[in-house]
Amino acid sequence: MTAQMTSLDAEVMSALSTVVDPELDEPITDLGFVRSIILDDLGVEVHLRLPTSFCSPNFAYLMASDAMDALRLMPGGGVVRVMLDDHHDSDKINLGLATDAGYRGTFGNEAHEDLEELRATFKRKAHTASMERSCMQMLQRGTWTLEELPLLELRDLPHCAKTQALIRRRAAIGLPTAPEARVLVDSDGVAIPERDVPLRLRMAATTRRSIEGNAHFCRGLLATRYAGSQEIDAITGPVITDLRSGA
Amino acid sequence: MYEKDGEKYFVVDGHIHFWDGSDENCKNKYGHQFIECFYGYSSALTPPEYLWDYKKYQKYTEADVMHDVFEVGYADHAILNSVHLWDFFHHGFDREGEAWALTQSAGGKITMNGTWDARDGDEGIKQLEADAKRFDLQGVKIYTAAWKGDSRGFKMSDPEAYRYLEKCQELGIKNIHVHKGPTLTPLDKDAFDVSDIDHCATDFQDLNFIVEHCGLPRLEDFCWIATQEANVYAGLSVVMPFIHTRPHYFGDVIGELLYWLDEDRLIFSSDYALWQPKWLIEKFVDFNYFPDQTEYPELTTDVKKKILGLNVAKLYPKTITVPEQFQLSAAEPVLQP
Repeated sequence: MTAQMTSLDAEVMSALSTVVDPELDEPITDLGFVRSIILDDLGVEVHLRLPTSFCSPNFAYLMASDAMDALRLMPGGGVVRVMLDDHHDSDKINLGLATDAGYRGTFGNEAHEDLEELRATFKRKAHTASMERSCMQMLQRGTWTLEELPLLELRDLPHCAKTQALIRRRAAIGLPTAPEARVLVDSDGVAIPERDVPLRLRMAATTRRSIEGNAHFCRGLLATRYAGSQEIDAITGPVITDLRSGA
Repeated sequence: MYEKDGEKYFVVDGHIHFWDGSDENCKNKYGHQFIECFYGYSSALTPPEYLWDYKKYQKYTEADVMHDVFEVGYADHAILNSVHLWDFFHHGFDREGEAWALTQSAGGKITMNGTWDARDGDEGIKQLEADAKRFDLQGVKIYTAAWKGDSRGFKMSDPEAYRYLEKCQELGIKNIHVHKGPTLTPLDKDAFDVSDIDHCATDFQDLNFIVEHCGLPRLEDFCWIATQEANVYAGLSVVMPFIHTRPHYFGDVIGELLYWLDEDRLIFSSDYALWQPKWLIEKFVDFNYFPDQTEYPELTTDVKKKILGLNVAKLYPKTITVPEQFQLSAAEPVLQP
């Protein structure tokens, strides 16, 4: 295998790592949802898998179509095929993806509107959880008090992964990311008044724990579902097969 | 009854099953996927020594129930919750006839609940009336994610569901156990949305809504609703087994529930045969928060007694009587200096 080929593997994984499970707020590559990658002279085929066959089909569709979009942006990827394996709606979703039918074309009568509002709901939750992590970090350091927290601005936060994550999640729901922007805001960007801070922060903590707990549960279910499967366990990452001529 | 360190606990398992997920009973691939999915839940969260092989898990016996739940499982009483899932299983998932025979032979240790499906119209209402009479129903188990023809679920706030809730009021069926699972109606909304409970709990204040799995995976939405609706309870099925694999997370969920609800609205259940009550109860009585979990209400022995049986006993007065020795001792009056 040449160095160039290895780099295509990496590019595929890198493209897929931009796809996030909306409920769990983590990349599908970290969650083990990418089952296998096949490279051939035509292009790329990616197989996805989920923790159970009854995982919500709307999220399944979102992740699969996001994966398709991400791979198509990759230069030199060729024809892109994404398949969802072992799901109760696999046939429907795979047909929809193969024919570029879109969400409503894929699900027909079951789809009423589109998925953007659903996606937005979970982006808002992801922001709430991220905001709580940043606020708690400042309280734990003892540099800020609960009473002062409404005045906290993005520039007051340390340069760290938590802050970067918060800024990304703010951008995702259209909140300002300027240094002087207030940290403690609701999903519409409205500052939370001092008297509401304890309750809102407490609720945000519940949201964070809920998302984190779900991610643990889904990882456990995925590991159980595919334990002992020859092609892959949940830990080692996708099986990559290179069928390109000269490979 | 469970006894540890001189404390006696009256135990009610708030949610057990007596299912048939055997290959013969599976109607289609969805039936197979359904029971495989159940087995996946069990396998992921069960200590290895308690895990059954798949065949036994698909269909177990009356003797298994009596042994696992009552003989070694410490339960003084159990609530048997049934759902049919006709679109997945030929003879129903819940083995209703056998379940009733089991209930009758269990010497008053089992309360069997009924079920209804909001999409069953007049026929379903008649069936509910007949079931209420035959089984002397105090409660029902509703599975909003059940498929029916082209429909893949319903909401508890649908007008059709309200008809059935009104019928429950009329028939004196007080306890509505709702399993919140992934409904797909409509597909573009959150499949695990719990907000329909907010509506029906407000509109039917004389009914109790026991949300099984306390709204997981939407714990925060459930907590928010339950703070506002006093007739909403948290059923701890699925939450309990995390005590083994993820005890810190278990502490978080229990702590959050105690914080947002109160100690009178948490209900223990094993969801047998998903998990076996014996180890859940043993670990729960021994459980304490982790040192960093300081913000939650205390999980005292009295709170554990309420969760393990006293809370749900109050919801089923016809069939559950708590002997005096298990009641909480009244708080001692504080002596004035």
